[in-house]
Amino acid sequence: MERILIQDGRIIDPANNINGIGTVAIADGKIVSILTKPADFTPDVVINAQNLVVCPGFIDLGTRLREPGQAKKATFASETKAAAAAGITTLCLQPDTLPVNDTPAITEQIKELAKAAGYPQVVPIAALTQKLEGAELSAMMALKQAGCIAVSNANHPVKNLLTLRRSMEYAASHDLLLMVRPNDPWLSHNGCIHEGKMAARYGLPSIPDAAETIALAQCLELAELTGCRVHFGQISSARSVAKLAEAKKSGLIISADVAIHQLHLTEDDIVPFDSAYHVQPPLRTEQDKLALQAALASGVIDAICSDHQPHDLDAKLGAFPETEPGVSALETLLPLMLRLVPQETISLEQGIAALTYNPAQILQLERGALTAGFQADICVFDPEQEWQVNADNWHSQGINTPFWGESFKGKVSHTLQAGKLIFTS
Amino acid sequence: MMNNLQLNTEGRLKHFLTIEGLSKGLLTEILDLAESFINPIDGRIKTFPLLRGKSIVNLFFENSTRTRTTFELAAKRLSADVLSMSIATSSTSKGESLLDTIRNLEAMYVDMFVVRHGISGAAHFIAEHVGPQVSVINAGDGQHAHPTQAMLDMFTIRRMKKDFSPLKVAIVGDILHSRVARSNIQALNTLGVAEVRVIAPKTLLPAQVETMGVSVSHNLADGLKDIDVIIMLRLQKERMTAALLPSENEYFKAFGLTPERLKLAKPDAIVMHPGPINRGVEIASSVADGEQSVILDQVSNGIAVRMAIMAMAMQWQGGA
Repeated sequence: MERILIQDGRIIDPANNINGIGTVAIADGKIVSILTKPADFTPDVVINAQNLVVCPGFIDLGTRLREPGQAKKATFASETKAAAAAGITTLCLQPDTLPVNDTPAITEQIKELAKAAGYPQVVPIAALTQKLEGAELSAMMALKQAGCIAVSNANHPVKNLLTLRRSMEYAASHDLLLMVRPNDPWLSHNGCIHEGKMAARYGLPSIPDAAETIALAQCLELAELTGCRVHFGQISSARSVAKLAEAKKSGLIISADVAIHQLHLTEDDIVPFDSAYHVQPPLRTEQDKLALQAALASGVIDAICSDHQPHDLDAKLGAFPETEPGVSALETLLPLMLRLVPQETISLEQGIAALTYNPAQILQLERGALTAGFQADICVFDPEQEWQVNADNWHSQGINTPFWGESFKGKVSHTLQAGKLIFTS
Repeated sequence: MMNNLQLNTEGRLKHFLTIEGLSKGLLTEILDLAESFINPIDGRIKTFPLLRGKSIVNLFFENSTRTRTTFELAAKRLSADVLSMSIATSSTSKGESLLDTIRNLEAMYVDMFVVRHGISGAAHFIAEHVGPQVSVINAGDGQHAHPTQAMLDMFTIRRMKKDFSPLKVAIVGDILHSRVARSNIQALNTLGVAEVRVIAPKTLLPAQVETMGVSVSHNLADGLKDIDVIIMLRLQKERMTAALLPSENEYFKAFGLTPERLKLAKPDAIVMHPGPINRGVEIASSVADGEQSVILDQVSNGIAVRMAIMAMAMQWQGGA
């Protein structure tokens, strides 16, 4: 394999507490050294990273690539290309594929699709229950052996708390992480917008933040009861943050992420009836946004995810409540994270950690750091380069983003996955 | 942003989708124009040639008798060709999308759509996707807006009370599910009444309703104090099965407008209702048919007000 030298870049590797100018040497797909080049290292390829940031490749805890089953929305080919262009080197795939990822055969199919797309690091999350129906347990052990990294019921409800308890006990028996987007299906029933002033004004069916906090509280109790490791995904409210902080303080082994759009948008940003703003959980209040930002800074929230959900045009074409929720979000992940730095919400190191080392820790993967011997998953980006979200530089098949047409700072120049250059600008 | 969708570059009405974002001046212009259509001697409306040669399609995805009929009459009084379609049972049940239905009708050179739809935002969606030469009038979308009803209510109030500024207006009943309530709150606040008060149990009020510029009461007797205008809302039967209310009987006991309760408002208070009324559920028959009721005036006024809105929305295309 190629020997690659990335030189003169600003290396930011939060896991190893490194922030300095230097080189990264890569051979056989692995990191050989950072900051200084070994004397005998003769590279085949040199990447000049002057004025660029060199950091671990990003790990996205929650994405949908729409295959198997919904290739009209997006494909592995289109979305892994978008991921590579966004500096993302590991993608966790939600189990709500068609068919659902509840058998090893589907897991194998996902791995094949990833390989065929030239992007092998798609990490499947297994369905917690068969067909995600919330009633009977999936074959978690076999799914783990097939390569699934965690279990989740995605956005589907588990029938009752007894079933949830048993599925957590069973997952814990196989040392599987449970990933949960807390949501009480009764309280959020048919809702499409935060229960607040915009729902009142526009007469839209609404979702109170209690739909999230009640489910979160129940799951925290069961985590304590069952000893299951739980990761809470796409947290959206200040009250959830308070509950998470308390639970972490009590010593519970839990973690949490926030979808990047929740750190930037609130109900006040919603252009009336514009389906690009239809997301689940819904965009909440300014107070919630600030609490989520503070939680990210304090470590109560460990990671940022894209919650990438590409859609075809038809899915977003209709009256707001009838459209499908979700944002195509891979390619705005880095620039939106970078926007938090000058706002002094988080430091650049914290932002990079939330996209690299922290998610790696949650998944117990030996990734997300530039440690010698680790596989070389690396993102090189220009933090100052300006670009506009438009058809010319967008890779995802889904153009459903509220940021369409907006200008951003921060563009990836090189992405390496296990030492292989998968993207060059 | 998108509410400017209903105005053209000169700030004139192009579509009529919601009261939100419209100025007091524009609402007053609608009321004045409506007034001019009514013969001051006999109160009747003659036919005007303002929309001759124009085609208007009433597109009703939800059933309605009163609204559709008054829109039809309004179009005829303006000399337009009008066609009414009930879509609830035709093409959309065959899987045709809302957009395809609209585009097919548009291909028949329709100048204006009057749309009623069960989903909030449907009228906005249609207005965004019709050709530049077509106007859209919202005849009620989900729980969002019913702006022509609000304008005929304003017209009725102005005829009875002359000046909006000293008025205290109570809206009683199922605010949560009511597009009439939302549009009326916006119209009353734009026209500058002294107070809009919503009166309902918590189960029938949207969270943070006070952000719409209303005061809130959960008690009808207290809430009616000093009130000049009472707008009663229809209570749908399905609210009982959704655990929002125990029974019609209990609702009437707590929030039904009876002659005794009406006495708690100002002596010259008027009673309004967008119809169809549920006698003995939200309103006692003796009040609905009583001297203070203007419910039938609202229906008559609907024609002139809808004429005014249609004429103004067509003005920019040289229709009026």
